[in-house]
Amino acid sequence: MHSDGYRDHPVRSYVLTGGRAHPTRNTLRPETLLRAVDDGRELPGTAGRHERTLLQTCRGTLALAELAAYLHLPVSLVAVIVSDLVDGGYLAVRSTPVHDLPGTDLLGTDLLEEVLDGLRGL
Amino acid sequence: MGSAASETRAAQHLAPTVDRSVKVLVVGAFGVGKTTLIRAVSEIPMLSTEESITTASVGVDPHRGQKATTTVAMDFGRVTVGSATALYLFGTPGQRRFWDLWSGLADGAVGALVMVDTRDLAQSFEVLDQIEEHTRLPITVVVNEFPDSPRHGIEEVRAALDLPDDTPIVAGDVRRRSQAVEALTTLVAHALRRRRGESVAT
Repeated sequence: MHSDGYRDHPVRSYVLTGGRAHPTRNTLRPETLLRAVDDGRELPGTAGRHERTLLQTCRGTLALAELAAYLHLPVSLVAVIVSDLVDGGYLAVRSTPVHDLPGTDLLGTDLLEEVLDGLRGL
Repeated sequence: MGSAASETRAAQHLAPTVDRSVKVLVVGAFGVGKTTLIRAVSEIPMLSTEESITTASVGVDPHRGQKATTTVAMDFGRVTVGSATALYLFGTPGQRRFWDLWSGLADGAVGALVMVDTRDLAQSFEVLDQIEEHTRLPITVVVNEFPDSPRHGIEEVRAALDLPDDTPIVAGDVRRRSQAVEALTTLVAHALRRRRGESVAT
């Protein structure tokens, strides 16, 4: 078993996440922005290597998918770890919801206009 | 995967002013230029993650419960638009067998750039069918002009792909940033028009 490979991840994922397959919050998406909470609080000694690496990597704002890429882990697995760190107050969701109405996937026209302006300014 | 994956790249963080994110899917068959387009637009070196997906076993007796697990790479890039918004571009193969992977990705997306290769338009049918069948995403078709591509008129492509009149089609060399950005701009403008139309209708 290679220490950094995850071809074996059906077993490793299970261990890494304490046996859970789903995050405790379902609002996390690959593009959700995250940032470590900078309050000087240390992770408990029982925290794993991935938790520590994730918090170090996330000292500035990054999306969930970026964290997964830097950690070389699947997005679905990183979502579980992120969820725990958010629950524990070590990591904060930086992005505000961008949808017009709760429970829909529709993006607001104001947001789309801003994105369009931003693209035209590139 | 493997030894290359164990190298850790320094993270390139977003500016502190960025507090929103949106995403666009870049879909199309293998080799059609998804990665090229993402690389042309992205402000960071392209990143990749791998996901295992359980694919429905087409043609296998469902009572035997056989499913195959496949690992699919998802390439993505990022560009900051304005001062507060990060736009992510997720490249994903569009064929039916990968639907499980990108159904979750499609949630909340601005829309999809559907990349087609005029040397093989038929391979785009399945991708377009999947989007129409499973999502309401606004799309823009991007005809990637390879040096040896036959040059079709936009309307010929529209007819061949049986696209609605209001679906934008852009053609160009997506290695060039300006053309890749133009494809994105066209998609977002289309999404905005559609959104305004819906607001009026309801």
